[in-house]
Amino acid sequence: MKYFRSHILIETDEASVQQGAREVMNALKQELAKHNLDQEVNVLETGSLGFFERGVCIAVYPDDVIYGNVKVEDVSSLVSEHFLKGRPLTHLVIERSEKKNIPLGYDKRIVLENSGNIDPEEINDYLGVGGYLAWEKALLEMKPEDIVQTVKDSGLRGRGGAGFPAGIKWSFTSPIKGVQKYVVINADEGEPGTFKDRLIMEGDPHKLLEGTMIASLAVGATKAYIYIRGEYKLCINRLQRAIDQAYEYGLLGKNILESGFDLDIEIETGAGAYICGEETALIESMEGNRGIPRTKPPYPGVKGFMQNPTVVNNVETIANVPAIINKGADWYRNIGTAESPGTKVYTILGDVAVPGLCEVPMGTTLRTIINTYGGGMKKGSRFKSALVGGAAGIFLGDNMLDVKMDFHNLAEYKAVLGSGAILVINDSVNIVDMLESVIKFFRHESCGKCVPCRNGNEQLYKSVRKIKAGYAGEDELDKMLLIADTMQKTSFCALGQSLLLPVKSALDMFKDDFLSYINKKKAINK
Amino acid sequence: MKSLEELRKIREKAQQDMKLRGSNYRIKIVVGMGTSGIAVGAREVMKSFLEEIEKRGLKDVQITQTGEKGLSSMEPVADVIEEGKPKVTYGYLTTEKAKRIVAEHIVNGQVVSDYIVASE
Ligand SMILES: Cc1cc2nc3c(=O)[nH]c(=O)nc-3n(C[C@H](O)[C@H](O)[C@H](O)COP(=O)(O)O)c2cc1C
Ligand code: SF4
Repeated sequence: MKYFRSHILIETDEASVQQGAREVMNALKQELAKHNLDQEVNVLETGSLGFFERGVCIAVYPDDVIYGNVKVEDVSSLVSEHFLKGRPLTHLVIERSEKKNIPLGYDKRIVLENSGNIDPEEINDYLGVGGYLAWEKALLEMKPEDIVQTVKDSGLRGRGGAGFPAGIKWSFTSPIKGVQKYVVINADEGEPGTFKDRLIMEGDPHKLLEGTMIASLAVGATKAYIYIRGEYKLCINRLQRAIDQAYEYGLLGKNILESGFDLDIEIETGAGAYICGEETALIESMEGNRGIPRTKPPYPGVKGFMQNPTVVNNVETIANVPAIINKGADWYRNIGTAESPGTKVYTILGDVAVPGLCEVPMGTTLRTIINTYGGGMKKGSRFKSALVGGAAGIFLGDNMLDVKMDFHNLAEYKAVLGSGAILVINDSVNIVDMLESVIKFFRHESCGKCVPCRNGNEQLYKSVRKIKAGYAGEDELDKMLLIADTMQKTSFCALGQSLLLPVKSALDMFKDDFLSYINKKKAINK
Repeated sequence: MKSLEELRKIREKAQQDMKLRGSNYRIKIVVGMGTSGIAVGAREVMKSFLEEIEKRGLKDVQITQTGEKGLSSMEPVADVIEEGKPKVTYGYLTTEKAKRIVAEHIVNGQVVSDYIVASE
């Protein structure tokens, strides 16, 4: 192996590539060669470095410096300063948070109880912490209807966005007889800034498999698919390895543990469109068609993959199932709140000291999540808002920091838990700028099937651009609300319907931010 | 393919192994090996631990890997687990820091407080 004195890791995930990661990489290589540094400094590609909205990021080792928002123009000074003269280019360095002692909260974890403790590539490690006991119990001691009833009693609700009770969903599919049925695990995770499912799969792939096995048995499916985004390479590798091990141990395949039940699990990879996370679009894409949503009803539980009954559940939902079977519905109900039992995995990003993920009981307040698990605000910044629930989430202000985070309490504010993404925003940010990026995302991801969403996003985008450019009056705000409201009422699927949440909450909570753009121009024009 | 009997035996043994891990080895280092950890050098850190342990001929230390704990922004991270002592999690690791941890914590029993990021 050749010895390099320094390694540059450049992230080339999808988002970074869009922002010019490859161009930066080529420029770096050329510049290094120009200074005869290419034999000393190695340039490598890597996945996301885990920073959000920081453009192209690169990490330099062993110096342990991370640069953000790197542009091609920066490369020549970067190389001459850092690699020639050994001085980090301070204005591009991402300041990593000061040292914090964060509680990891393992005592309250269900989904992530093993993540960070066992070797995800070793089935024996999983068995060693009681893995596949729930599968044994479900297979050998329980009838499918008992499993469905237990999950119903547990009150487990879907963690993929809508919060539909999992047991009730299963109870529609379970009694259907005489047809091939399927279970599909939704691991598409297209929400910007969300990576909880990835970490569940990377950290404890066997738990997802065990949950999938139990769900399949409960609804009578002999074939299950895990639909996973193609970029999640490490997840795909670890899951495939876990599946292979499960076959080898006789936990999958024919006549499993002599119970008479057959089950195969296969991985399907997706191409990364956000709409493909919507369950019917996902099924279309699995069938080899373009990923556009189908009319509901019929719901997938009755007519899904290949027009056969198909239960679609999110990764986190399913990862709760083994513990429910092992410990019972009552145990589960004791965690979290009455309407939303259990825990929730959040990804905390933005202006907090320690961005990352946490698993906490349902009903934990936003304040606790930010202060305890996110380490509080980043040094020198003050809280302004949190975008909760993903891009189609709601902007919460500081008067809502004590809202209990669960399906029921958030619904009172017309808010959603969504994917569990929490983007914390500091008070130097104008919410209009945030809203612009939200609308831009939806405009890009609208599948174009229906007019309200296709056109509405375009119009919203124009409005927000107009406001920012200072050409709009206050009436533009009413117009935005009207468009978003119409989209909510008439769009074909939840993608178009959900824009009302960010638009309305931004207007309700942060109208001054809009007015500051509008009035600035007025003042200039006077 | 394994029968139920065999599976149960394997599980029992695995459960024993997991327990034994603590006593068989005096001390255990667990390196976080998720996407973000690997991206910021977890593999190199792991290698550095291995090299250092080997160089010093330490026989009672075990090194394993695991998934993400929830500290993505502090990666690479590693736990040092010692029977009867609270688990210590180190973050922002580099190959150099790994060497220092071996020298001070593993060999001399002195926790390197500069690098601690989390505790149980
Ligand atoms: C535009 C759009 C994107 C979605 N993306 C995802 C996703 O990435 N992962 C997911 O589990 N559910 C996603 N959903 C929700 C799914 O349609 C479906 O409700 C969910 O997978 C059901 O699982 P659950 O009941 O376990 O939550 C999306 C929905 C919409 C409308
Ligand atoms: S609402 Fe948007 S994403 Fe959904 S079907 Fe209509 S155009 Fe496609």
